Amino acid sequence: MRIAFCVQNDKGVDSTIDSRFGRSPGFLVYDTDDESTTYFTNAQNLSAPQGAGIQSAQTIAAQNVQAVVAHNCGPKAYQVLLQAGIEVYMSQDTIVKEAVQKFKNGELEKAASSNVPGHW
Amino acid sequence: MRIAIASGKGGTGKTTVTVSLSLAIQELTKKPVTILDCDVEEPNAHIFLSLPKKQLETATIQSCSFDTETCTGCGRCSDACRFNAIAVVKKKPIFFSDMCHGCGGCILACPENAITGTQREIGTVISGDVQENPSIDLHYGLLNVGEIMAPPLIESVLAKEHTDSITIIDSPPGTSCPMVQAVRTSDYVILVTEPTAFGLNDLKIAVETVRLLQIPFSVIINREGIGDDRVHRFCQQENIEILTEIPQSRNVAILYSKGQTAWKKEQDFTKAVQKAGTLLVERFHL
Repeated sequence: MRIAFCVQNDKGVDSTIDSRFGRSPGFLVYDTDDESTTYFTNAQNLSAPQGAGIQSAQTIAAQNVQAVVAHNCGPKAYQVLLQAGIEVYMSQDTIVKEAVQKFKNGELEKAASSNVPGHW
Repeated sequence: MRIAIASGKGGTGKTTVTVSLSLAIQELTKKPVTILDCDVEEPNAHIFLSLPKKQLETATIQSCSFDTETCTGCGRCSDACRFNAIAVVKKKPIFFSDMCHGCGGCILACPENAITGTQREIGTVISGDVQENPSIDLHYGLLNVGEIMAPPLIESVLAKEHTDSITIIDSPPGTSCPMVQAVRTSDYVILVTEPTAFGLNDLKIAVETVRLLQIPFSVIINREGIGDDRVHRFCQQENIEILTEIPQSRNVAILYSKGQTAWKKEQDFTKAVQKAGTLLVERFHL
């Protein structure tokens, strides 16, 4: 299973999770099968005049992931992820490996909707 | 002749000047005057001038609709949209109409012709003759709640101008797209400011904007008597004409709070506006 995280930097499982979804500097995809990580930059979205969340969701959807772990997710990004069939999990952890552990233990709650309004 | 009343800072008295100056110019010229309230996010000129009979017109912008049968999910529409209004996932487009600026780029980019232009409602243009002076007609835009596309609605309000009339535009505050849209086709701009640090700061930005637009302009200082002399010094240094100065007055504020103009009710106010009106009428042969 491939899980995407919104991250501030690329330090593998020690990467810092960013609290923003649309404008996090990058995404880290963690593969539970071989415990590998892959980093994708989100630089093209940082200066987007609007709709950063929509484009981030599209970028993530293109990486063949099955789940996203984020601090927050807005309504438009959530809608795109939903159509892509990607499950959204909310976590307030700051390091990827902490969230991965909780995910594996089944401690993370699946979001049934966005948790913040647009332009949060 | 199209005169725009603008400001950098909000709350300096654009509508106060628009309403009273329109009444003054109509009286001086005996010609029809058209007020276009382009502050479509919160229009307020109609609070001070009543419209017994209102005509309502829906304003729209171009939007788009996707034929999911023809669409192959190639994603070129999403790449073309600089407003990030389209996402394509699992070969299917998701369109966020509230993000769309109506540019039609996606329609051009689609190789399958699966996107067609439609119309989306963004607000209403309200028009009528003014009860207090039937030679004045007022038109204002009312942007739908939550809608961000002010400039196309401003364009619909500006389209209400008629050639045999002197047009006074009440511009939105600030110096961003809505203000530029309201002001750019004017023959003359009056920047209303107040003699405070905030007034001066935002006046400087507004002056820079109007100079870039290359429109002749002058300044009206409202609430003269408060603050300090820095606005005066700035105007002197920059060689900017101060058309008139409206003195600070509690009575003007009380009338304003009741939705009434101080024109012909407060002597000093009326004199100050009359001075500006006379100067404009003489200078532009209105």
